[in-house]
Amino acid sequence: MAELIARTPAHADLPQPVEIGRTRIAEVVLGPVTWIAPFDGQEKAVTAALRAAAGVAFPKPGQVTRKGSVRALSVGPGQALLIGATVTPDGAATTDQSAAWCALSLSGEDACAVLARLTPLDLRPSAFALHRTARTMVGHMTASLTRTSENTYEIIVFRSMAHTLVHDLTRAMRHVAVRAAL
Amino acid sequence: MRLEGRGQIDRDHPVRFTFDGRVIDAFRGDTVASALMANDIRVVGRSFKYHRPRGLYSAGSDEPNALVTTGRGRDALPNVRATMQEVWEGLDVTSQNRWPSLTRDVGAINDLFSPFLAAGFYYKTFMWPRAFWERVYEPLIRRAAGLGRLSGEAARDASEKAFAHCDVLVIGSGPAGLMAALTAARAGADVILAEEDSHMGGRLLSETDTIGGLSGPQWVGSVLNELTALPNVRVMERTTVTGAYDQGTYGALERVSLHRPPGRAPRECFWRIAATRTILAAGALERGVAFPGNDRPGVMLASALRTYVNRWGVAPGQSAVVWGNTDTAHRTARDLASAGIHVAAVIDARADATTTGDWPFYPGGEVLSTQGRLGLKGLQVRHGRREFTVWTDCLAVSGGWNPSVHLASHIGSRPVWRDDIQAFVAGPEPVPGMDVAGAANGIFDTAGCLADGLRAGNVAVQAIGLETHSPDLPDAEATPYAITPLWEVEGKGRAWLDLQNDVTTKDVRLAAQENFRSPEHMKRYTTQGMSPDQGKGSNVTALAVLAAATGATVAATGTTTYRPPFVPVTISAMGAGAKGKGFAPERFTPAHAAAVELGAPMIEAGLWYRPSFFPLSGERVWRESCDREVRMVRESVGVTEVSTLGKIEVMGPDAGTFLDVVYTNTMSSLAVGKVRYGLMLREDGHVMDDGTVARLSEDRFVLTTTTAAAAEVMRHLDFVAQGLRPGLNLRTVSVTEQWAQFAVAGPRSEALVRSILDDPAAGVLPFMGCTEASISGTGVRVFRISFSGEKGYEIAIPSDRGEALWRLLLAHARMLGGGPYGLEALNVLRIEKGFLTHAEMNGRSTAFDLGLQGMMSAKKDFIGKALAARPGLLGETREQLVGLRPVGAARMLTAGAYLFGEGAAATREAQQGFTTSVAWSPTLDTFLGLAFLVNGRARHGERLRMVDHMRNVEALVEVGPPCAFDPDGGRMRG
Repeated sequence: MAELIARTPAHADLPQPVEIGRTRIAEVVLGPVTWIAPFDGQEKAVTAALRAAAGVAFPKPGQVTRKGSVRALSVGPGQALLIGATVTPDGAATTDQSAAWCALSLSGEDACAVLARLTPLDLRPSAFALHRTARTMVGHMTASLTRTSENTYEIIVFRSMAHTLVHDLTRAMRHVAVRAAL
Repeated sequence: MRLEGRGQIDRDHPVRFTFDGRVIDAFRGDTVASALMANDIRVVGRSFKYHRPRGLYSAGSDEPNALVTTGRGRDALPNVRATMQEVWEGLDVTSQNRWPSLTRDVGAINDLFSPFLAAGFYYKTFMWPRAFWERVYEPLIRRAAGLGRLSGEAARDASEKAFAHCDVLVIGSGPAGLMAALTAARAGADVILAEEDSHMGGRLLSETDTIGGLSGPQWVGSVLNELTALPNVRVMERTTVTGAYDQGTYGALERVSLHRPPGRAPRECFWRIAATRTILAAGALERGVAFPGNDRPGVMLASALRTYVNRWGVAPGQSAVVWGNTDTAHRTARDLASAGIHVAAVIDARADATTTGDWPFYPGGEVLSTQGRLGLKGLQVRHGRREFTVWTDCLAVSGGWNPSVHLASHIGSRPVWRDDIQAFVAGPEPVPGMDVAGAANGIFDTAGCLADGLRAGNVAVQAIGLETHSPDLPDAEATPYAITPLWEVEGKGRAWLDLQNDVTTKDVRLAAQENFRSPEHMKRYTTQGMSPDQGKGSNVTALAVLAAATGATVAATGTTTYRPPFVPVTISAMGAGAKGKGFAPERFTPAHAAAVELGAPMIEAGLWYRPSFFPLSGERVWRESCDREVRMVRESVGVTEVSTLGKIEVMGPDAGTFLDVVYTNTMSSLAVGKVRYGLMLREDGHVMDDGTVARLSEDRFVLTTTTAAAAEVMRHLDFVAQGLRPGLNLRTVSVTEQWAQFAVAGPRSEALVRSILDDPAAGVLPFMGCTEASISGTGVRVFRISFSGEKGYEIAIPSDRGEALWRLLLAHARMLGGGPYGLEALNVLRIEKGFLTHAEMNGRSTAFDLGLQGMMSAKKDFIGKALAARPGLLGETREQLVGLRPVGAARMLTAGAYLFGEGAAATREAQQGFTTSVAWSPTLDTFLGLAFLVNGRARHGERLRMVDHMRNVEALVEVGPPCAFDPDGGRMRG
């Protein structure tokens, strides 16, 4: 059977990782993404179902639960994105979001300085430790921001905003790089 | 002149720049101001109103006179303070508000008329004729007065914005600031130390005292070495904290690269700093004395003169007179003498003062007036009963010190008067989380400032829950502060207060005389403190003069309100990154690139970009393409992308009940596999949005919204679910981004849809049916709905395969004699059918107005039901939706035009309604319009005048029903 060719959200704007100064951005292919929101009183049951199927609990606000390549990312009160596996537990509203988001990783020594130009979030380790996540603003866009290593952040925005995200990030990266050279 | 062997400039690195075209030799480390002084340039600017020649008055950001323009054309920056601008090779500096030159300025004629130009003069004089104020007087006055001018060219978007967070923000890096930062840093707090100067150290860079056995700059260097080595400290020089805002947030402007030749670095950065605790150690600003002729170039603040001599190794002349009311005067005289400058006299307002120096000394004396034109030549001095002239080219004056309480007052706290120091200080914790330390706190000796910085540092450390580790206090100067009030000397001639706005003591007295006696009224009457420096150096003196004029104390008189920003902030810094496309995110649909490939011009729809039409070669104007696309849809098949429509899934056992609350019609009864058109009202009974609701399974609905209202509807649903019906068990989520969606419309739409579905039978759907199907193995949702009036489908596919499906649909459509159509054709098709967009659902229209009152269920309650039945929202007084067609000679209709009775005048009072949408209908070979018309449904067949006053278009129109094509909907049901 003929197949419809899939595009990643940033395929045109970020076909290759881009390195400017001491930071680098690359598109993250999330794989299967399911939005999960437990119905009233079902959070424990949903956690049990998620644990059984994918090894992760339903995350608390600001939390990422992880097991192997599977992550559950808190994206709002009582809402999470299950990334890397498809589970549709009973007791929760679920919907496929595999194509809805553009995810980029921003890494390097100056990653935090670059983000400081785009997000009001306090990124000091005391406030935003490893594997913390938050819904915040990146430039003019609402975004989900996660610290995935000491100097790596994952930024998730609407798929339709991939172009603006790449534009805003590269502008901030250039500014940080030029400053470092002053 | 340059003083040999003094200053912290780098004499091994000469720098050349130009001032009004003249080449100026300077050294690295100079400011424009110090370099001009080194080159004996005394007149640096012309005053705002009277074009008086003015010279350097201060050495910092409070400079009122030396405002210059740097750069040219689009890179020009007006009103740059020469005292803050560091020199760099090739810097281009121009003076302001003068023509043809600084020394020969035609505008100085204003000064001759000064007796007539007192405060309030304009308002009293230019009263008539009334219209002349805006058209003649104001432009003339504005041209004669002014500071720097904007280039008129669009500036480059060359700055940036950033956020920072810390435990302790220390504002100012003098002895108090450095000690506070050190105390907080050693305790382990995250510290930001912000300093507006190019170098840390504050007054320590300008004075000759020793600290802990080191010179001021040496001690500063040793503290900085420790601070910069700590990972928890961020030192920000050239950064002025400009405003204090709620919840510990501060604005700050950093001059990132304005001190170097232009390159790729941002010019400025506007910071928003969130701090748990803040220590305001911004120091104090010396104030002058208002006496006749005190604006003569050569009269300057004593502290500024010490800065020029000690920090930059420059002096304004061979000799100087020092006049003051504190020991500042004696300190200045000592520094001048040691620099080899002749001290012609020291005048101390304190009658009991003594001196140790070898110079003429006049305790209890005062300066009565000045002589000279473009520069000071001599002073008239009074000592006891004796009056005499002292020849000198510089007067260093000090009327005391004003603590920098500006930031402490930004969120409403009022400063408090202290008699012992004759100055205002901040009250306790003037901004939540803020402590004030050092000179800003009214402590004017170095040892006291160091101790107060340490105290404030420890308070902050304890407040954030850390253990204190107090550094040792070094030995430092500890002269007690003794001051006698010295505000003004009355006499013949003008005594200036606000040098930047040309306000004199006479203006303030006039204000009081005219009963503008409160500080705020006086300010507005005289413009005292309303110039770019916001009266930094002059406000308190003006208040003292006002107090004297009204017979009140300064304490009782109070201050005007301090507001952000502390220094002028360029709009390009506050709006950095937001120019052009940076203003808002761009949202591109999955098939965006494929549409651009076909040459489709894009139009903005909210943040989205949508193709307006798809031109074929030979088509010269959009109408040709649009007409062809409309005919194509009516005759064969067209494909268009509708991914921008909002798509929301509502899930859960109570989903149907919930939808009955938000929609006017009943949704809970919708069968699985069916779609229903729905209308949503606002609480106030007006229409919010329309769209379709499809039931995919027993407990899963998918709603569509219009592109424009997607966010509003999502917010509304969240609000209803959380706030109005919290008992219902359901969840809502936007799936707009997950699903690319395409409309397929036309008589051959079914053939097209069947040709691409894996199971063609799935394409046999009844009107308003929906189903899940697959295309090349990818799951899709198929809806049999129509916004064109033709048999139509919408196919939704996960966005990653949206472009592939678009290309496939296009290929098949072309095989069937069809092709793509854009937003223009889509609009024509819906106008022919009388379908609605937000041109009709304009926020003021009701379901009744739109002819949709039949959709308001009588059997249930829904949001907006009660208020939609209010008197005045129903009946024949309402403007109701109708269709229009032109009759007679004029054939063109326009949107936004007004409707009038056939014989009536086209006046506001006779207005009967207005047009909302118009289109040329290639199907019916006529213009068509939709309009709101008073009692319109009862007036079908009537003729009206349509008048578009803006575009000068008039037409005779006939009223009819909104739907002009296929009113029975036979084609749509197919």
